[in-house]
Amino acid sequence: MLTPARIPYLLLLPATLFLCAFFLYPFVLVAIEAFTRDGTFTAQNFQTALGHWKFPAAMTNTLLLAAVVVPIQTALALLMAVLVTKMTSGRDMALYVFTIPLGISDLAAGIIWLAIFEQSGFLNSMLYHLGIIDQPGTWLGYQSKGVIFAAVVLAEVWRATAIMLVILVAGMGLIPKEYDEAAEVFGASPWKRFIRVTLPLLRPSLQTALILRVILAFEVFAVVAALGGTSLPVLMGETYHWQFALQDRGVAAAFAIVILAISIAATLVIMRALRVPKEARI
Amino acid sequence: MAIIEIKNVAKRFGAVTALHNVDMTIADKEFMVLLGASGCGKTTLLRIIAGLETPSEGEIWIGGRRVDHLPPRQRGIAMVFQNYAVFPHLTVFENIAFGLRMQKTPQDQVRRRVTRTAELMHIEQLLERYSGQLSGGQRQRVAVARALAMEPEVILMDEPLSNLDALLRLEMRAELKGVLAEAKSTAIYVTHDQVEAMSLADRIAVVHKGRIVQAAEPIEVYRNPATRFVGSFIGNPPMNFLPARADGGGRWSVAGFSLQGPTAERPLEFAIRPEDLTPAEAGIPAIARVVEPLGPHLLVTTEVEGQTFRAVLESERRVVPGDRLHLAPMPGRARWFDPETETAIAA
Amino acid sequence: MTTTTLTDALPAHRKRGRFAMRAAVVALLLWVLVPLWLLAVNTFSSPDAVNGFPKSLVPEFDLGSLSFFAGFQGVSRALLNSAIVALLTMIMSIGLGAPAGYALSRFDFRGKESFRLLVLMTRAFPLPLLALPLAVMFIRVGLDDSLFGLALVHTTLALPFAVLITFSLFSGIPMELEEAAWTLGCTRIGAFHKVVWPLIRPGIAASAVFAFVISWNEVFAASVLTIQNRTLTAFLLQSLDVSPMPLKFAGGFVLVVPALIFIFLVRKYLFAMWGIANR
Repeated sequence: MLTPARIPYLLLLPATLFLCAFFLYPFVLVAIEAFTRDGTFTAQNFQTALGHWKFPAAMTNTLLLAAVVVPIQTALALLMAVLVTKMTSGRDMALYVFTIPLGISDLAAGIIWLAIFEQSGFLNSMLYHLGIIDQPGTWLGYQSKGVIFAAVVLAEVWRATAIMLVILVAGMGLIPKEYDEAAEVFGASPWKRFIRVTLPLLRPSLQTALILRVILAFEVFAVVAALGGTSLPVLMGETYHWQFALQDRGVAAAFAIVILAISIAATLVIMRALRVPKEARI
Repeated sequence: MAIIEIKNVAKRFGAVTALHNVDMTIADKEFMVLLGASGCGKTTLLRIIAGLETPSEGEIWIGGRRVDHLPPRQRGIAMVFQNYAVFPHLTVFENIAFGLRMQKTPQDQVRRRVTRTAELMHIEQLLERYSGQLSGGQRQRVAVARALAMEPEVILMDEPLSNLDALLRLEMRAELKGVLAEAKSTAIYVTHDQVEAMSLADRIAVVHKGRIVQAAEPIEVYRNPATRFVGSFIGNPPMNFLPARADGGGRWSVAGFSLQGPTAERPLEFAIRPEDLTPAEAGIPAIARVVEPLGPHLLVTTEVEGQTFRAVLESERRVVPGDRLHLAPMPGRARWFDPETETAIAA
Repeated sequence: MTTTTLTDALPAHRKRGRFAMRAAVVALLLWVLVPLWLLAVNTFSSPDAVNGFPKSLVPEFDLGSLSFFAGFQGVSRALLNSAIVALLTMIMSIGLGAPAGYALSRFDFRGKESFRLLVLMTRAFPLPLLALPLAVMFIRVGLDDSLFGLALVHTTLALPFAVLITFSLFSGIPMELEEAAWTLGCTRIGAFHKVVWPLIRPGIAASAVFAFVISWNEVFAASVLTIQNRTLTAFLLQSLDVSPMPLKFAGGFVLVVPALIFIFLVRKYLFAMWGIANR
């Protein structure tokens, strides 16, 4: 019988079943896959994965990329959000343009920045037009890892700042104007108001934005593939490589578990660092 | 005929009890006001009658029919919501016609009834507008018109005037009283505003902590509050309370002033409304602390044995802070409460 | 008129601040738009120009690259596949997510927090990795290399968003409106149909578009799960090393365009959706 008490469960049932079947269960499968080989429990997959000569580079690159990209994005997203809220005209247009990259896939972003950095690309063309170089140089060659890294950072910042911006602008919209005005009346400068009032009140949104972004940063894959091929190994790329080129699902699963582990660790750290007590929320 | 009977209705939300076994009968065409502070359970009771909330215990009968297991649409009620709930995607006309369309009323009749109720509520010129184009007061009128168009046996109102500004509230209150008297529906009206309650009600039910502590005509509730709470909740400024010592033989001493009261041995609480006090030769000794000339009268906040004690005096009287006054209760106006049970003791 | 007078009346430091702000906004706009422009330049130039050096900063308006891309083996199929998977994802994530969002916004019930936790948990997990075990599972049930199988994975990605977004959309519609409809003679379903649905429709459309874009853009799972039935992203990724430059750029452009249109369509909802969804 359809009693009111049962309605919510009926409504939740399909989504719950789906998430159990295609989210929880597969993760159990990955874990099993990672810890077994030919049906027996073993750490061999991890030994292979972690012992592979590319693993330290992949791990360092992934973490370093996140460590460089996310702070830049946070600052840039905050700047954009503040500018947008202060704008009197053209606000909607600016917001639309700023959020365009939200709809762009990482692969497309990689290709876009490839158009700039490739040998006959726009960067070299510009330098040539300006008379700085005579011959197009190779930017993304396998020996210039630093440039590839920088290009990936640029592409990631370009592409994925928008998601943080959206969350932060939405969060700022929830903060009543009176707080800022009160601080102004009490003599706080615009900078002080931002640091002492807006930023602390924005903490819940900042937390969400950071968690989302850090995890996505650990999943960086297509941008790197487009710009650096295999010259700049990252964890997700290695996972893909083991699954396909090397056809070793066990090791691929071990990589997956490593990514999962650093994702969860990062989430916990951010949640702790930016925790807002329930009673201190708006 | 729509008598509403509330039989032993209780409502619990987890460990919290919102209503303790309420019993009440509301007569046909009676205007009953549920009055209480926020969170007292009055809105929960209204929502249980409407069918928006299921009681944990008890029964609701409307017009001799048990309805507590029925959805709202089968209860023969109409409701006016606190935030009006005027559908934003429909015109005023379609809002008022909504209930009639649900009943599959013929088109010409819908038109007639919508026009009539719109005229009654003075919104006939707004019929093609959307809710977003209306002021708060106009939305309020649409919400009432929508309920009246149903010609319901029972009309339920949940703080319908609380979102209007003071002047508009006064105007709507008078209008609502006229319109509802005309409609001949049984009405239950929830409010926290005692003036609204006094002005509209045939009977007021004062709700406190999930219980109906008194249900009576407005003047009775005002003059003879059943509990200390009712006395302190109704009336502005509120009733004064002072401890009284028994001198035996029905004589009581209040702050040194002796007066006649009920015969009881234990200490009681003496209560008096501020407007029932007059300055006299002999009376309760009070020191004036704050004097507020309010126009029609003078509100004097005094101190009696360290407690706040208010008196409403004629506006011509000259009182300055620091003055010593003797305030005598008018005959028959003193009330007595048992300090333990907080219920009234007859004199 | 009023604004000009106001600006004129501003003190000098305020004017300077205004100027700095405008300059910053323009710089940021260029930062977003110039790379897109460059991609467009490459797309609308002939393959020779794309491979040539130095490049001009304005396109030739030559459709050579695009027609080369369109005629390339497997491209039209990949485009169609991408659209099908995205449509399936859209239908499934809204179909499953919207009822859940409604339940969360309208009812208090035991287990509500657990469900929210389940949804929020998906955020802490790198979801494209799901493709690995599911690839095995799909082989067993015959869903390997199928568009439906991929759509299932993409739905896992889009479903949590769909739940949170629809939750915030439904929460924006006062419960009182539904209750009013009940007291006026509607059943639960009737009230939903007559009152909630007309109000929620545009928002649901926006979240559906969002789900579409999530699937359209996804690379990793698409590349892992499709082999013959490549989607556009999988096709482009697998041909990164081997395909000629014009193909990559035209492909990138085709990938970007629908996303641009979609973001434009949902721009009104983007912020409102995130406002509550990020709790």
